[in-house]
Amino acid sequence: MTMSSDAPKESFRLSMLIYDTRYRSLTIQVVALMAFMLAAAWIIDNTLQNLAELGKPIEFGFLSEPAQYDINQALIEYDNQDSHLRASFVGLLNTLLVAVLGCALATVVGVIVGVLRLSKNWLVARIMTVYVEMFRNVPVLLWIVFFMAILIESLPQPRAFRGADPEASMLLGDSVALTNRGFYIPEPLFSNPLGDLSVFGAFNISLELLALVGALAVSLFLSGLVKKRADRIQNETGIRPTTWYLRLGIVVLPLIAILIALGFHLGNPELRGFNFQGGIHMRTSLIALWLALSFYTAAFIAEIVRGGIMAISKGQTEAASALGLRPNRIMSLVILPQALRVIIPPLISQYLNLTKNSSLAIAVGYMDITGTLGGITMNQTGRELECVVMLMLCYLTISLTISLVMNWYNTRVKLVER
Amino acid sequence: MSDLSYVRKEMLAEQSPPATEIGIIGWLRENLFSNWFNGILTVLSLVFIYAVFSAILPWLLHSSWTANSLNECRQQVDAAYGLAAEGGCWAVIRERYLQLIFGFYPSDLYWRPLLAFGVALVALAPVLFTGLPRQMLWFSPFAPFLVPWLLWGGAVWLPLMVIVGFVLAYVVTRVLSAVMPGLLAVPVAALAAVLWWLYAVAPINDGLTVLIANQRIDAVATDMREQADRLPGEIAALDSRIADLRDQVATSEAEKDALFAELEEDHGSEAARQAVLQAIADLRGPRDALAALEKERLGLNEDLSHARSLLAGIEELPALRERRDALLAEQRMARGEEAEEIANQLATLDTQIAGVVDELGRVGLVPVESRKFGGFMLSITIGLVAITVSLPIGVMLALGRQSNLFILRAICVGFIEFIRGVPLITLLFVASVLLNYFLPPGTSFDIILRVIIMVTLFASAYMAEVVRGGLAALPKGQYEAADALGLDYWKAQRLIIMPQALKISIPGIVSTFIGIFKDTTLVSIIGLLDPLGLSNAIRANTAWNGIVWELYGFIALMFFVFCFSMSRYSMWLERKLQTGHR
Repeated sequence: MTMSSDAPKESFRLSMLIYDTRYRSLTIQVVALMAFMLAAAWIIDNTLQNLAELGKPIEFGFLSEPAQYDINQALIEYDNQDSHLRASFVGLLNTLLVAVLGCALATVVGVIVGVLRLSKNWLVARIMTVYVEMFRNVPVLLWIVFFMAILIESLPQPRAFRGADPEASMLLGDSVALTNRGFYIPEPLFSNPLGDLSVFGAFNISLELLALVGALAVSLFLSGLVKKRADRIQNETGIRPTTWYLRLGIVVLPLIAILIALGFHLGNPELRGFNFQGGIHMRTSLIALWLALSFYTAAFIAEIVRGGIMAISKGQTEAASALGLRPNRIMSLVILPQALRVIIPPLISQYLNLTKNSSLAIAVGYMDITGTLGGITMNQTGRELECVVMLMLCYLTISLTISLVMNWYNTRVKLVER
Repeated sequence: MSDLSYVRKEMLAEQSPPATEIGIIGWLRENLFSNWFNGILTVLSLVFIYAVFSAILPWLLHSSWTANSLNECRQQVDAAYGLAAEGGCWAVIRERYLQLIFGFYPSDLYWRPLLAFGVALVALAPVLFTGLPRQMLWFSPFAPFLVPWLLWGGAVWLPLMVIVGFVLAYVVTRVLSAVMPGLLAVPVAALAAVLWWLYAVAPINDGLTVLIANQRIDAVATDMREQADRLPGEIAALDSRIADLRDQVATSEAEKDALFAELEEDHGSEAARQAVLQAIADLRGPRDALAALEKERLGLNEDLSHARSLLAGIEELPALRERRDALLAEQRMARGEEAEEIANQLATLDTQIAGVVDELGRVGLVPVESRKFGGFMLSITIGLVAITVSLPIGVMLALGRQSNLFILRAICVGFIEFIRGVPLITLLFVASVLLNYFLPPGTSFDIILRVIIMVTLFASAYMAEVVRGGLAALPKGQYEAADALGLDYWKAQRLIIMPQALKISIPGIVSTFIGIFKDTTLVSIIGLLDPLGLSNAIRANTAWNGIVWELYGFIALMFFVFCFSMSRYSMWLERKLQTGHR
């Protein structure tokens, strides 16, 4: 009988770093890391050397200097004596504003177009196809300047609204004025204001808005409780109690009560002299950017929606109706949950694209963060490196946040596979 | 026997279906008015279509094609279609379409970009259309060297020497892999190629150029002298003809304006309208002649200044060379700041000498600076270069992202997510203001090359994601089968994985290309003259100040034609690649 013994313990040789698969991956990684760090060090060294020669070492002190330029569309208080940092923040808020507005409109238009493209109506389906192809195949920058040109050329000047027999008139009961300087819309006003809440002394949030949002959150939560109760009763007894009026009341009534208590009313824009006063002024650049981004992105969203609906096999609808479900129940319980799983991830990446495309605001003079931090601030202070790096960080933060949301959604709705 | 008389003996003739179910009416009923909701939609659509066409059609039909300024366009439209008519001014496109397509590329060299894009198309065709003969693929690898040479010009041996670098890398790999593992052989081969490009190409090029320049110098000098003597006379003759013609055109224009003023006064009588139209039509001949003469004069002027400067250079050359030798001798003695000063002088002298010698010793195409690139040519160049270069980088990044090596994966993921997380415009800012900071002090290269680099990096991150999608779509069995055959990583990738993964990803690659091609319009924001940038430049001209729709419309139409045909191709391909399991 022979005894098996361990293989003689091999001593480490240098060539094993290349030939032995146990060490080889380590070798490759160490070499890659060294090469990467060398390259990074080379670039940083070059940059420091170049900047030192130009006499502008990296420092961020310029951010606290007065910006000395105006921003015509600002969500928070701003004047040209405020710092560059605040100007950038105004720009960031403007980016977020156009991104949120754009995503909302793009979703609405995109869903409508996507559904209509599947319509049995030949003419409507063709029109929607033309819309999608037209917007998808022309650069978004061209659409932005095109919309800007349309607004400026085709809308009346504010002075056309003047006089006894004006050439142009306001819409919706004298509350909305569409001019080539922008849209004037009513602003919400409160007779019994609560005042403002100052955040770090930097900017103010109106307490009315906070109260409304808070009330909405609470009532949505309560409405969720009602739904849970209804679900429980349905599971126990098989009969679902009618709850829609209860839920609607819970959501709407507190809001109305708060609005009345605050003395809510709308302040209409009025023509004074050569221009409109009062109301909210949305600049032409904002409108053009908003519409162009929305319609461009909507063309992509339409294709996503169409693909999502077409991806659900017909058997699902037939099986659901065989179970005796009504058409609206089939839609809400069978088709939509499955279609949304296909639709939402690409939809969110379209939102991301829209946000990134909003940086083209600079082409029409809308002061988003690219226009402030990456535009005037950079040109005025000559701090290219600092500005571009900060600009990229802002966009990266937005993008990564959106990606996080997407990943969270994906893990939540993922099919549980074997 | 039962009575069967009620049973029909012969078949009834087939009846035609009811009139409401067939033909146009049936089609209308089924497709447009199947229920009340569809009916409403149809009517709304018809109203919408009518509104759009009634707004655009008159403008399109009442357009002017031959005027030479926006003002004259209006005169022509008014004269032809009545004083109240609004019409498009397509004359701007007729006058400037070459500029919108080629930018400021020299007009006698237009054949080069055209040929270059033709070459690119022929090289891409066998990749895109599998029905074409496979032999065409032998040509494709040469296109990446041929196309830049055609676009930018330069000596004929430059692309050849770049190719030699790749051949060298291949040969070194084959030789070395016999004696050492591939892990070492490939980096060594890459190093050899890089050394060849960095340190061998320039001296060989210079040597060849000097050799040829020395042989040619006398012949060129006599030729240039002859040109410098002959051209001024020709230019003077042209000048007088141009002045005459210009006077003639100016008088006719004044007559035309007077006629138009008359027309406006008598509110458009038929005779006055015809007179204005006739005057504008008559202007066309002299104007075209004038433009042709002016172009000729411009060409002659360029030839003359070229001849003179080259002649001066040739005459100066011996003196320059003597000075250089003297400086070299001094440099050996000098120390410290003095040496630096001499080195600077030497550098300027060298560029001076090289300028003349390059001109003399060129066997190949006239170089064209990339700041002369513009219009759609610029967009296509950026798009083509970015996509071609980004494909291999993207494949590498995708493989890195899929690999088990943690650090490599982290680097690749970091790069991809960073590039995809920021807008292209910030990367273009990097190209325009920061890229020169990242390189050693003193290096600077032109903005178009910098933009191409950044767009390529941008494209490769998106390409990496497309290829990763292709890799992920391959069944795991393919990887395992490759392992089971005993193939190593690179062989498995090259022979099994990549051919299939890339085939799956072609539609994605095409749509990335469409995206990149559309995104090239962004370069107008940092001041390059892509079609959009050119449209601003054209508007800056007083003749065309205020023209908007025609330019945007033309640019949009061109982009649409390109992108739409590409997306159709990608859809066709998707249908073809679908192996029919569904």
